Amino acid sequence: MAERMQFEYNVDGGNFTRAGYASSEIKKILKKLNVDLAVIKRTVVASYEGEVNIVAHAYSGTIYVDIDTERIRIRLQDEGPGIPDIDKAMEEGFSTASSQVREMGFGAGMGLPNMKKNTDRMEITSEVGKGTTVEIEIVLK
Amino acid sequence: MKVKEIVKVLDAKLVCGQDQVDYSIEVAFASDLMSDVLTLKNDHVLLITGLANMQTIRTAEMSDIRCIIFARNKKATAEMIELALENEMVVLECRYSVFKTCGLLFGAGVKPIF
Repeated sequence: MAERMQFEYNVDGGNFTRAGYASSEIKKILKKLNVDLAVIKRTVVASYEGEVNIVAHAYSGTIYVDIDTERIRIRLQDEGPGIPDIDKAMEEGFSTASSQVREMGFGAGMGLPNMKKNTDRMEITSEVGKGTTVEIEIVLK
Repeated sequence: MKVKEIVKVLDAKLVCGQDQVDYSIEVAFASDLMSDVLTLKNDHVLLITGLANMQTIRTAEMSDIRCIIFARNKKATAEMIELALENEMVVLECRYSVFKTCGLLFGAGVKPIF
């Protein structure tokens, strides 16, 4: 495999039909790279949770994927309302999701905590009225 | 339990995955909340749900779930079936409630995750 690979995917806010497309592509790439199946699952569950968050809360976003021999880094960056209280957003069960999001089977306040559980590092930065960036990292091997 | 046995127990309709009737599931999980499905660590899980939309299939894709049963007469759309086929999934539709579906499968020996 090449020493380093980078990809990016656009995500439309509100487009639930397409939500998961980017994470699906990430899964295909990781499978081709013969990454351990358990690691793939952790990675794509975390990226999918983040992708659904962008669709559910933001106007638009981009998912940047950076893979090298040591780790997988994914940066989910959106333009949206931002998160006023990140600690609160990290609490299991806390959610500001709309009824539409809940009808899709999400919005139970579990996404961000589940992203943290599935990754080795997670960092959230957010500015109210501008947007949110979530960076996750999964260590390989 | 094999897919073909599940079909028989539930009098279910095999919507896609006809070539995988011998695929065997180890445990089952019933939920309409995809967030809960995404927390599962097990392999070869059978998902029983009454939530029929694209995100059900996407959630299964990310969670390595290869068999889904839509209970209480929910139907998979053409778009959902296409995505399921792409991921080599088995999709079943059954007219029973989630409760009855679970009861019948449990009675037939399918194990819960917890």
